[in-house]
Amino acid sequence: MTRSFSAREFDWTLIGFVLALCTLGVLQIYSATRNTVWQGAHYKQIANILIGLAVLWLIAQFDYHALLNRVPIFYLVAVLGLLAVFVVGQVRFGAKRWIPVIAGFNFQVSEFVKPVLVLLVARYFAELRRDSVSGADLLKTGALVGVPMLLVMKQPDLGTALSYLPILAGGILGAGVRWKHVAVLVLLGALILPAGWQFLRPYQKERLMTFVDPSRDPRGSGYQLIQSRIAVGSGGLWGKGIARGTQTQLRFLPVPHTDFIFSAYAEEHGFTGVLLALALYLVVLMRIVYNAQTAADRAGAFLCLCVALLLLFHLLVNVGMVVGRMPVTGIPLPFLSYGGSGMLTIFLLLGLVNSVRLRRFVN
Amino acid sequence: MSPLDREKTKIAPGKITTIQYLCLAVFLYLASGFWHLQVQSPGLWAEQAERNRIRSLPVIAPRGKILDREGRVIADNQAAFSVVLSRTNLNEANLRIIAEGLNLPFEEVQNRLHRARNLPEYHALVLKQGLTTSEVAFLEAHRLEFPELELIGVQHRRYPAEGFASHLIGYVGEVSEAELNSPEFAVLEPGGIVGKAGIERQYNDVLTGVDGRREVIVDSLGVERGGISMRDPKPGRSIRLTIDLDLQAAAELAMEGRKGAVVALDPRNGEVLALVSTPNLDPNQFAGRIRAAQWRELTQNPDKPLLNRAIQAQLAPGSTFKPFIALAALESGAIDESFSVRCGGGAAFFGRYFRCHIKGGHGSVALHKGIAQSCDVYFYNVGNRTGIDPIAEYGEMAGFGRKTGIDLPHEEEGVMPSAKWKVRQLRQKWYAGETISVAIGQGYTTVTPLQLTAGLGGLLLGGVWHRPRLVPDDEMRSIHPGFTAPAPRRAALDPEHVDRIKRGLWAVVNEGGTGVRARLPGYDVLGKTGTAQVASAELAKLHKGEQEFLDNAWFIGAVPKDNPELVVTALFEHGAHGNLAAPIVRDVLKAYLDKQIRRRLTEQRPPSSSQVAQTGRPAPAP
Repeated sequence: MTRSFSAREFDWTLIGFVLALCTLGVLQIYSATRNTVWQGAHYKQIANILIGLAVLWLIAQFDYHALLNRVPIFYLVAVLGLLAVFVVGQVRFGAKRWIPVIAGFNFQVSEFVKPVLVLLVARYFAELRRDSVSGADLLKTGALVGVPMLLVMKQPDLGTALSYLPILAGGILGAGVRWKHVAVLVLLGALILPAGWQFLRPYQKERLMTFVDPSRDPRGSGYQLIQSRIAVGSGGLWGKGIARGTQTQLRFLPVPHTDFIFSAYAEEHGFTGVLLALALYLVVLMRIVYNAQTAADRAGAFLCLCVALLLLFHLLVNVGMVVGRMPVTGIPLPFLSYGGSGMLTIFLLLGLVNSVRLRRFVN
Repeated sequence: MSPLDREKTKIAPGKITTIQYLCLAVFLYLASGFWHLQVQSPGLWAEQAERNRIRSLPVIAPRGKILDREGRVIADNQAAFSVVLSRTNLNEANLRIIAEGLNLPFEEVQNRLHRARNLPEYHALVLKQGLTTSEVAFLEAHRLEFPELELIGVQHRRYPAEGFASHLIGYVGEVSEAELNSPEFAVLEPGGIVGKAGIERQYNDVLTGVDGRREVIVDSLGVERGGISMRDPKPGRSIRLTIDLDLQAAAELAMEGRKGAVVALDPRNGEVLALVSTPNLDPNQFAGRIRAAQWRELTQNPDKPLLNRAIQAQLAPGSTFKPFIALAALESGAIDESFSVRCGGGAAFFGRYFRCHIKGGHGSVALHKGIAQSCDVYFYNVGNRTGIDPIAEYGEMAGFGRKTGIDLPHEEEGVMPSAKWKVRQLRQKWYAGETISVAIGQGYTTVTPLQLTAGLGGLLLGGVWHRPRLVPDDEMRSIHPGFTAPAPRRAALDPEHVDRIKRGLWAVVNEGGTGVRARLPGYDVLGKTGTAQVASAELAKLHKGEQEFLDNAWFIGAVPKDNPELVVTALFEHGAHGNLAAPIVRDVLKAYLDKQIRRRLTEQRPPSSSQVAQTGRPAPAP
C-alpha cells in the first residue's frame, strides 16, 4: 500500500508557511513564559513541532484510501477512547480530558477524534453520487459526528466538541448544500438555542453573558476578555516589542502561552504583526484548499476541505475571542498555542493533506 | 459497507470557491477587529494598560515635632505601619474579610470607598493607620490573597505618657468629611491626618508636611516589580513653643489627682510657660482614630476631660478679682489710700446683708489690709463707691469679658458684667446691689484661668497687656517671615496705685495674709487667694461635705515683686479654699526660681564646662 515518494513531492509551500507560524509561536511562548513557572516551555514546543513533522511524514506515507477503508475501526476506537476518559481520565482545570499514557505524558483523546472524524466525513461524502446532500445524509452524518460530540461535551469541553462541527460542515459544503436545508438548520438552531441554554453549565452561561457585556463581571469571567482587549489595544500599530508587553509580562493576561497567546502576540507585535500572522494563516488555508482542488479524487478533496474548515474554525474562535468578537471558549490556536496534543493533531491532519498531495497524479 | 470506489468525479469548482471566500471573510473579519482595537483608538487601551500596571502609593510625610522653649521634644513621631487599599484590582468580595482582619467596621470601609469615588482609580487609599502587630501579621499572611492591600511604613504621632500637657498639645485624627469640604483641608485626601485640638489644630498647616507619592510597577498579583517615580514627601516643620517643660512638669505634678488648671505666663511678653488642665486625656489612645465608645465615654464623663480648663473654664474668680476692683476704685478716684471701713463680719447694702468670710470681722480695714486679709466688707464698700461702670471699664482693660487671643482654638471669653452688658444680654436694668457681688468676684463675673493670669500680669507691669502666646516671636518670624508681634494693649495707670496693690499682694503671702502657703523664703512672692462659690450659701449648706458643692479654690501668684517675670494662676475646682491652691502656684514659682539659680551657677563656670552642661541636658521625663 505504501510507495516511496521523492521528498520534493511534499507540499513544501504549506510546510514552510506552517513552520513560519510555529516560529512565531515559539518566540511568543518564550516571551510569555519568561520568569514564570512555565519557563522553558518553548523548548518543549520545539520538540512538539519536531515530533509533529515526523508524524506528518509518517502519515503522508499511508495511502489515504487505506485509511478511509479503516474508518469503522478508527471510529469505534475513538468512541471507546472517549468513554475510557470517564473511567481513567485525569481531572485538570475542572474537566476530564486527559488519559495518562506514560508518566508525565497525558493524552487528550478528544484531539485525536478530529482526524478520525475528518476521515469519516470525507469517506461518507465521497461515496455520495449526488450533486447535493439530502436530508437523510444530514441526519446520518449528524448522528455519526454527534456521538463523540456529546461525549466530549460531557467532559465538559464545549470548545473541542464544537470544533467537530466544521469538519462536518466541510463535507456538506463540498458535497453541495441545499438552501432548503440551510433554512431548516437555521430554523432548528433558532429553536434549539433557547432550549440548549438550559443545558449549559453555569460557567458556560456566564461566559456567554460576559461576552455580550464584559463589564458585568470585571473580576470574574469578564476579566479575561477585558485584559485581552487591553493587551491587544495597547499594542497599537507597531507593538511594544518582544518580551516588552506589560500585560503579558506582568501576567494581567491569563494563560498568555496557550489560549491567549495571540493576545500576547498582538500586544508585543502590534497591528502589523497581527496582519503578518493572519496573512500566514490565510496562505496556509488557501494552500490546503488548493490541495483539495488538485486532489486525485473526491475523497482526497473532502479530506483537505475538512482540514481547512477545522483550521478556519479554530482561527475564528480563538482569535475572535482574543479580539473580543467571540466568547471565551478555551480552544487553542493552531501552530501558536503551547501544547503537545493539539500540535500533534494539527500535524497529523497536515500529514493527511500531504498524503492526498503525494497521490494527486495516481491512476 | 462495500469497498470504497475510486471516485474520480471531482468536486465542483464553485463549491471550493465558496470555501475560499469563507477563509477570506474570516481573515477580513478578524483583521477588522484588530484594526478597531489597535489602530482606531490607540490611546484608550494604552492608558488602561498603564493603569493596570502602575500603582500610586502615598508616602506619608512625617509631622513636625512639637518642642519646648529649649528645644526639648514634647510630641514626637514613631515608626508605624499603615495599610493602603488599591482600587484598580479591588475585589469587592474580599472587603468583608479585610475589614474583619483589620478590626474595622465593614460599613466604615464602604464609606471610605464611597468618599474616594471622585479620585482617580489608580490612587491608593489609606485604609488604616497605626496597625497593631496582629493586624500587620494578618496582612503578611494574606499577601497573595489580597493583592489590593499594601503595607507602608509611616511616622505615627507619639504623645507624652499619661496625658502630659494633653490639652495644650491637642491631638491628631483622621480628617472628617466636614473638614474635607472646608477650604483649609481641601488638598487632603480621605484618610489624611489633621490636628484636631490644641497646638496640633492651631498650627496644623506648619506641622503638616506634604505627602509624597511613589509610582511602582505591579503585576497582576500586586507584587512590586520596580519603581517608576518618586515624589519625596516634604516633612512637616517642627515648632518650638514658649512652654518650659520643667515648669509644665512641676504644674502637672502639683495638679495630680485634682481637677482644675494652671497657667504660667511671662507678663513682659505674654509667653506662656506652662498650661495645664486636669483631668488629662491620653491622646495616644486615639491618635488616628477615636472609637465611638471611647468618644462617648469622654463626652459623657462628668469630669469633662475634653475641656481645656485653662482657656475654657468660665468660673467666678472670687477674691482673685479684688486687685482689679482696687485698681478701678483707685484709678477712678472713688477711694484714696486713707479710705477705710470697719468690718464687723458683714454689712448691709440695699436692704440685704452681705457677710465677710470671717465671722468675727477684720476690724478697721484700709486697702493694704483689705487685700492682705481679703476683707469682703472692705471691698463691698469699695465696689459700692466705685460703681459698676468704672469696674467694668478697668476689668475690660485688663482683658476680662473677651478672648485673650492666645494661639489655641476654642478659647472662651468669660463675662465682665456691666450695665450695658446686662441690658444687652438679659434685657434688664442693672441694680446697684449687684455691684456688691461683683466687687468680690461673684455674681455674673466669670473668667478663665488664662484671662486672670494675663490680666494680673499686665496690671503688675503698670498697664501693659501682651497677648498671651505659645509660640515665641522669633519662631513665628522664621515660620512666616513677615510676622510682627501684635502691639500690647497699654493703659496709663498711676504707678503709685499699682505699687499699692502690689504691696497688698506681697502682704497676702508674706505678712500673714490668706496666701502664706505660697511663701518662698528669700523671694518676694506676690499672691492672691480666691474662694469662689459654685452654689448659693443655702444650697452649699444643704449638701455639706459633697465634693461638687465645695467652693472653687483659686490662687494667683507672681515673682519677683518689681517688674514681675512670671505670673502663675492655679484653679483647683472644689478645692474648698483658695489657700489650698496656693501650694500649686508655689511649686511652679519654685521650679522657675530653682531653674534661674541653676542657670546662674552654670554661667559662673568656665565656658568649656558650661557648653558640656548645655548639650548634656538630661531629657525631660514627663
